Amino acid sequence: MIIVEHLTKRFGRLTVLDDVSVTLQPGQAVSLIGPNGSGKTTFIKCLLGLVIPEECDMRVDGQSVRDHWSYRDKIGYMPQISRYPDNMTIRQVISLMTDIRQGKNAQLDTELIDTFGLPALYDKTMRSLSGGTRQKVGACLAFLFNPPILILDEPTAGLDPLASEILKAKVLHEKANGKLILITSHILSDLDELTTDVMYMQEGQLQFLESVEWLKQKTGETKLNRAIARLMATHDSATKTEADKPVRTLF
Amino acid sequence: MLKITKYVWADILQNRIVLIYTVFLMVVSFTLFGLDSNPAKGLMSLLNIVLMVVPLISVIFTTIHFYNSYEFIELLLAQPIHRTRLLLSEFLGVSSSLMTAFLVGVGLPVAFFAGSATGLSLVGAGLVLTLVFVSLAFWASVLTRDKAKGIGLALLLWFYFSLLYDGLVLAILFSFSDYPLDKVMLVLTMLNPVDLARIVVLLHMDVSALMGYTGALYQTFFGSALGTVYASSILILWAILPLWVAVRVFRRKDL
Repeated sequence: MIIVEHLTKRFGRLTVLDDVSVTLQPGQAVSLIGPNGSGKTTFIKCLLGLVIPEECDMRVDGQSVRDHWSYRDKIGYMPQISRYPDNMTIRQVISLMTDIRQGKNAQLDTELIDTFGLPALYDKTMRSLSGGTRQKVGACLAFLFNPPILILDEPTAGLDPLASEILKAKVLHEKANGKLILITSHILSDLDELTTDVMYMQEGQLQFLESVEWLKQKTGETKLNRAIARLMATHDSATKTEADKPVRTLF
Repeated sequence: MLKITKYVWADILQNRIVLIYTVFLMVVSFTLFGLDSNPAKGLMSLLNIVLMVVPLISVIFTTIHFYNSYEFIELLLAQPIHRTRLLLSEFLGVSSSLMTAFLVGVGLPVAFFAGSATGLSLVGAGLVLTLVFVSLAFWASVLTRDKAKGIGLALLLWFYFSLLYDGLVLAILFSFSDYPLDKVMLVLTMLNPVDLARIVVLLHMDVSALMGYTGALYQTFFGSALGTVYASSILILWAILPLWVAVRVFRRKDL
């Protein structure tokens, strides 16, 4: 469970996150969406302790995030861009990660590694792998330690359709296991089958966090992308008009 | 902590630049020792090369390596691991691999041709200089997210310590030549790790004519043994201080 209260982050004069407060529960699969530069990645980085916010009270499973690191044991993270040391092999990267998390998770979840067929590539160096394969390694590392919270930043961006389907099936499976999943993506059709809730951010502010059913009911649409487009249109005209532009271009 | 160090060390040793660095040092060492039958002369020439090349390669390679590992460092920091520990592991990994390269490239030939106390002091000075400049490079790397700026700052540090500093000291000596400058000079050499390394090696050589002003000062002030201890301890400080500052910056840094 993730509780975030009054999260504010500034880079110089630019306010990237402006008083964001959310509570995310186990079993939820939350889609974090919003235009480019809306603070999605910064929000995730704050959760992971990679970016240190000015003010905030963040707790992951009851443990405070600020100045702590052991709570990250509960999080599996798949970054947007996966880059590894050039001369390391896949085997070495996996064993390094296992070493770091050793003893904290006895059981490894190698399902994704096997379905992606990575064992055949175990001794290839990272330099020789394609971007998509590196992305697969990133996905496997996120799921490997069976963490109760999964944070996936643009997970399907560099993957081929087959791999992307495998990953989606895995996310669905873990969701059914009662894990908390947080996904950012621009490909709304990918998110449609996966998510239970939508968290929409714009210009560093949380616009809404609602369940997919609620959104679909309210807008009368059956597809997530249409529902969100419609909702944003009404949301904007109701609140502020200058935010209209980025939304239209996005959807 | 040593787990990450081990992987970084192995990864860098397979790096092409580090392989070329090792081979280059080895070729230079063997050539210089082969030129003259007197190994002391070979050591003298080798010292000048080491003082130039080791800081340059250490500082540039470390900075580039840091920026290239940025995404990987991010991924590692998303794991349950303390930031200080991660940065120190990276530091140990990079410095130990560059020191390995130096030991193979210079240590082996020196042991072969000039396995004396002087030879040993040259190898030691090279190793500590590697530590100092890797440490400075870490400091430069954590200061800015921009790779070009980071590498520029690292190059500037090398340029300053290897070339500019001597000129500045000469200018001071020249303009204040009417005053006694012995103590001032002792302080000034402390402020440059490259000078300190040179002095440590020169104190072991029987070449007072080549020692220069500062070397002779150390000789008269401390004598060989104490001078070496003093200069070496300040060199170690030079390796620790920038790293300490780097750790402090890195702990509060937004990645």
